[in-house]
Amino acid sequence: MAKTLFEKIWDSHVVKTIEGGPSVLYIDKHFIHEVTSPQAFKGLEKRGMEVFRPRQIVATADHNVPTIDQHLPIKDELSRLQVQQLIANCARYGVELYGLGHPYQGIVHVIGPELGITQPGMTIVCGDSHTSTHGAFGAIAFGIGTSEVEMVMATQCLLQSKPKLMRINVEGQLGKGVVSKDIILYIIGMTTASGATGYFVEYAGSAIRNLSMEARMTICNMSIEMGARGGMIAPDQTTFAYIKGREFAPKGAEWDKKVAQWSELYSDPDARFDIEINIDAADIEPMVTYGTNPGMGIGITGHIPALTEISEKEKPGFLKSLAYMGLQAGAPIKGRKVDYVFIGSCTNSRIEDLRMVASFVKGRHKSKDTEVWIVPGSKQVEKQAIEEGLDKVFEEAGFHLRQPGCSACLGMNEDKIPAGKYCISTSNRNFEGRQGPNARTLLASPLTAALAAITGEVADVREYL
Amino acid sequence: MSNKSINTVHSTAVPLNVENVDTDQIIPARFLKATSRDGFGENLFRDWRYNTDGSPKKDFVLNNPAWAGRILVAAKNFGCGSSREHAAWAIKDAGFDVVISSFFADIFKNNALNNFLLPVTVSEDFLKDIFTAIEKDPSTVITVDLPQQTITLEPTGRKEKFDINNYKKTCLLNGYDDIDYLLSIRNEIESFESNFCPSDNEPVVRSGSH
Ligand code: SF4
Repeated sequence: MAKTLFEKIWDSHVVKTIEGGPSVLYIDKHFIHEVTSPQAFKGLEKRGMEVFRPRQIVATADHNVPTIDQHLPIKDELSRLQVQQLIANCARYGVELYGLGHPYQGIVHVIGPELGITQPGMTIVCGDSHTSTHGAFGAIAFGIGTSEVEMVMATQCLLQSKPKLMRINVEGQLGKGVVSKDIILYIIGMTTASGATGYFVEYAGSAIRNLSMEARMTICNMSIEMGARGGMIAPDQTTFAYIKGREFAPKGAEWDKKVAQWSELYSDPDARFDIEINIDAADIEPMVTYGTNPGMGIGITGHIPALTEISEKEKPGFLKSLAYMGLQAGAPIKGRKVDYVFIGSCTNSRIEDLRMVASFVKGRHKSKDTEVWIVPGSKQVEKQAIEEGLDKVFEEAGFHLRQPGCSACLGMNEDKIPAGKYCISTSNRNFEGRQGPNARTLLASPLTAALAAITGEVADVREYL
Repeated sequence: MSNKSINTVHSTAVPLNVENVDTDQIIPARFLKATSRDGFGENLFRDWRYNTDGSPKKDFVLNNPAWAGRILVAAKNFGCGSSREHAAWAIKDAGFDVVISSFFADIFKNNALNNFLLPVTVSEDFLKDIFTAIEKDPSTVITVDLPQQTITLEPTGRKEKFDINNYKKTCLLNGYDDIDYLLSIRNEIESFESNFCPSDNEPVVRSGSH
């Protein structure tokens, strides 16, 4: 029978299916971090249990770590305790930890792929909704809650109901200045913040095929922002080339065997999806969000919807959102002044993102009114950026290159955007207070964010290329 | 979070008529530094509930003594965004056993069920009725009957069936959790592992070089 990419991986990982209930799904790799794991370890301890398969877990500290002076003890007491707890738990239960100071430390969804831990055909989970990022390699990867983290620690399995399947085909050529972040913001704008709830999404089509792995990860990363359980892309030569030679990638004869297996991972031509959406890449402009959920995005030349364009039912939410953002219905987004620029997060903090920003800002200088933070996704990205001299470019432009972590993506450490200020951000969420109490977030691509750093306002990158 | 098992909940309800409530609103990230599951109720809806100086915001429903009860009624797409289970812990810790909405985000729904917080999905139209009734009269009682899978708005008697898979229902009624179940089939998991193509499942080996 014809199968989708999702079904091929799902079917091979089902241990059993409960009558009228969920399936027991076997999990290959489990990533953990300091914020959503302590209660799970505590749960094991209460049950007097060990971790079932500790060697299938990798830990890092990312959400709650400072991004300057990482060699010093963490100042905030609660944060320090949380990170220490992770160290103690990993030591106690035999889990590999890439903690602060380790050359592999970084945002969990950046380090998995860059270390070659993330591979096609796997089931991958983490107590973090952006686990969907790993789907870019043709894996079933999704975020879970802490009780589920405990389940996977205890049994390497999860109880899951099979989701419905959606395929989004993006065909054709992207316009100049349009990058993968714009594709996904466009898709979420179209489907809304809840439009894919209950679905697992496969991204396909020539525009997706032509993307690098970094760019594919950006797309899969934000699947959750339309409610999807996860997103995935069939592995191909681009995928294999990216994985080859990485620390935990298969080597030698094992590599050839793997590539042969991975090459079978695609949706059969007559496989069935519950929904298919077709998008013409040429329709996509550089995108910016104006509201307080990632579905509230518009093309850079567009305008914030006028009240007449919003249904009665949606009006209260829409007005609440604009009031929070201090923006007017019907107004253009271009020209909106910004105070902060955040380039980072598991969506856009990989070496390719930093290169894109550096090549754009080289020889330019930031506007005097903007504060610019560049936060690399991992120690390895940081190292590479320095080796390539990107740090010099940033310095000359007046940007701060900080140390790796989630940083202002969720404002859990001290990297918060002050109340009322506008931040153009390459992260994935513009929720109220996400970047700090009353902070106002505009989501955009690294290119659009870099341009805003220079001009001090939201501008159209196509006019500068 | 002592309340393991749920059967019938017969209670007044608190109306939160806002769509797309994300888990960053339910519990902001800066309160996620704790390493236990307790005490999150205090910071439930923190930034909607309190001013920056810590004083309560008068117009927020949780600060209005008129509304109370074990049921939270929320608008469409409740619990979207971050997977933080702290959101479910905070709601449960604040004394709720049921959340009613016309649409829940996936991960939140799982997290709620894993914490004996029952998410009840009703039709848009029924949800509207419920909001109207409780906003008008805070003493309005709602009955959520898990064994029968029904929800009833008592004053009008309007009743709807709700969905829940049988397995989860049994867990909630009996106070079992998924881990209890998975542990009970550990033999089957181990035999699956031994049949599973082993190369698909290599451990992350220590590289030993650092
Ligand atoms: S960078 Fe942001 S979205 Fe990504 S894992 Fe960290 S907090 Fe979550």
